[in-house]
Amino acid sequence: MADVALRKVVKRYDDVEAVRGIDLDIADHEFIVLVGPSGCGKSTTLRMIAGLEDISDGDIMIGGDVVNDVPPKDRDIAMVFQNYALYPHMTVAENMSFGLRLKHYPKAEIKARVTEAARLLDITDLIDRKPKQLSGGQRQRVAMGRAIVRNPKVFLFDEPLSNLDAKLRVQMRIEIKKVHQKVRTTTVYVTHDQVEAMTLADRVVVMNKGRIEQIGTPNELYHKPATRFVAGFIGSPAMNFIPCRLEEVGGTLQIRLTDRIAFPLPPARAARYNGLPRTDRLLLGIRPEHLTEAHAHLAPGVETFDTVLDVTEPMGMETLVYFGLDGTPVCGRVDPNAGAADGAPMRLAMDLNNMHLLNEETGVVL
Amino acid sequence: MSTLAIDKAGPSRKVKLGSMSRDRTWALRWSYFFLVLFAIFFLTPPVYMLITSLKSSAEISAATNPWWVFHPTLSNYAELLTSNQFLRFFWNSAIISITVVIVTMLISIPAAFALARMKFWGSATLATGVFLTYLIPDSLLFIPLFKMLAVVQEFTGITLLNRWYVLVFIYPTLTVPFCTWIMIGYFASIPKELDEAALIDGASWLQTLTRIFIPVALPGLIAATIFAFTVSWAQFLYPLVFTTSVDQLVLPVGITTTLIKGDVFNWGQIMTGALLGAAPPLIIYAFLMDYYIAGLTAGATKG
Repeated sequence: MADVALRKVVKRYDDVEAVRGIDLDIADHEFIVLVGPSGCGKSTTLRMIAGLEDISDGDIMIGGDVVNDVPPKDRDIAMVFQNYALYPHMTVAENMSFGLRLKHYPKAEIKARVTEAARLLDITDLIDRKPKQLSGGQRQRVAMGRAIVRNPKVFLFDEPLSNLDAKLRVQMRIEIKKVHQKVRTTTVYVTHDQVEAMTLADRVVVMNKGRIEQIGTPNELYHKPATRFVAGFIGSPAMNFIPCRLEEVGGTLQIRLTDRIAFPLPPARAARYNGLPRTDRLLLGIRPEHLTEAHAHLAPGVETFDTVLDVTEPMGMETLVYFGLDGTPVCGRVDPNAGAADGAPMRLAMDLNNMHLLNEETGVVL
Repeated sequence: MSTLAIDKAGPSRKVKLGSMSRDRTWALRWSYFFLVLFAIFFLTPPVYMLITSLKSSAEISAATNPWWVFHPTLSNYAELLTSNQFLRFFWNSAIISITVVIVTMLISIPAAFALARMKFWGSATLATGVFLTYLIPDSLLFIPLFKMLAVVQEFTGITLLNRWYVLVFIYPTLTVPFCTWIMIGYFASIPKELDEAALIDGASWLQTLTRIFIPVALPGLIAATIFAFTVSWAQFLYPLVFTTSVDQLVLPVGITTTLIKGDVFNWGQIMTGALLGAAPPLIIYAFLMDYYIAGLTAGATKG
């Protein structure tokens, strides 16, 4: 097991810069998830750590050693691929032991390690089967088994659950977390699914256009996003961004959303935003769960307004409501018994204690 | 009114479904018709050969029904199979074809692997170039090849012309490009993650080739083997040009040159020789066909 460090790592394909000088420190035993949309450079970063892609600039270190020119087989890493990449002509046991056999481990040790990994992943019964006789979930377990038996310094996962159906994905997510809790190997995991990132990671690295947007624990990213990209990417349904401006009325700082809707800011928020120029074009960032039905007794910092709902989506434990504020589509989450209906008027409450204010031009959360 | 509309819609939908299955039935009937026609067309010559091979020379030349054997005899088979000359041709053909298959595989497999996977400067052009060489017909190549071998023979003093073993060097000019091309396709169809997984597992390029690619691409390898064997076994022009002495001849050339004397055609033995000559490729096809068709890559990745 080892720590991993990336120092100003760059990857260029001809004229295109896929990864633009990223710095990242991954501690020993840590579970790091790289998340971002397609083409953000997350898979390329993982493949550079694996040694499957050369790096154009910078340094990659595993266990304190620079591994820029070390071939994959000497990096002591194991990788799980999106499409499993099992050797089709080998049995499960042969697949799992392939790496150990190449390194001429004693037969008894190979058997012991394969048996232990199979037990850990609950695939002991499948050990003599060929990959084509396995289901998707079983294949992915075998792929993980192949990584575990090597007892490597670092596990690399490249979107391992993307090929599985939704139910199996949730199940495998828990399996992966359990396995990590048991083996504690440093793990770098790539996904485009923010739910996967949030549920698995010790720390999440949000990437966009070849750069790191923010690194933090799942809670930090959710509650304290640094940029509009992170705020919009983490959380489902996504955070609402409503154009707004600050104005001072009778010594109170208030936020104006439309000509008819303006709310006074709670004192803590007012103090924080007081120094901002009133001319800046701003965005109010508010998560759907902070836009709920209005109750009779409102907590401080919660303001109400009337709107007409465009569409409602009953989800069972909650109902998502969609409406417009001066043409900006907005989503809220209300109680299923709150009486929300398509095209019906509704009084909603906005919890400004959980609001974010963003600079519309720079996308920075203020 | 609405009931009427439903009644109308009902039958029309049924007719549509019916027409689909009727289309299929007709498509199948036509397929069978043409396949049977095709089979008759291609099986008639071998059947005629078999019939003729079972006749004596007297019966062949007699004005009887050529499609029937009145006095079947195995004398043609007995004579050929006890003739040292025929067995010599057979032996020459076998040793040349097997060696050519081995040489072809030893060259084509690493070449295809390099061209399909080890991306290097000009690999795509080289891959196309390999295939283009196959497009040059042997009837254009045999004269320059003959000249080349004559020059090499003159300079080195090693006898190359009129020796069966020279064909082992010449046939691969036909088999290597095509087999390499087939295997580039097969290797390219293997998911890239498979060699990356092997690479991370600690395999060298050679180990990736021998332990992953060759077993996984076995159907492709067998297809290439069958092709190389068939081309070598049936080759006529090159052995006709490069070998002349009777003890150096291969089966197709040997049969035509020794069993046709002047304008006397020993039809019975010619047909028998040709049938016996067709047996080895047939046996190979029969045994390897299952492998040839089986898709071994199933289960490697999602799908």
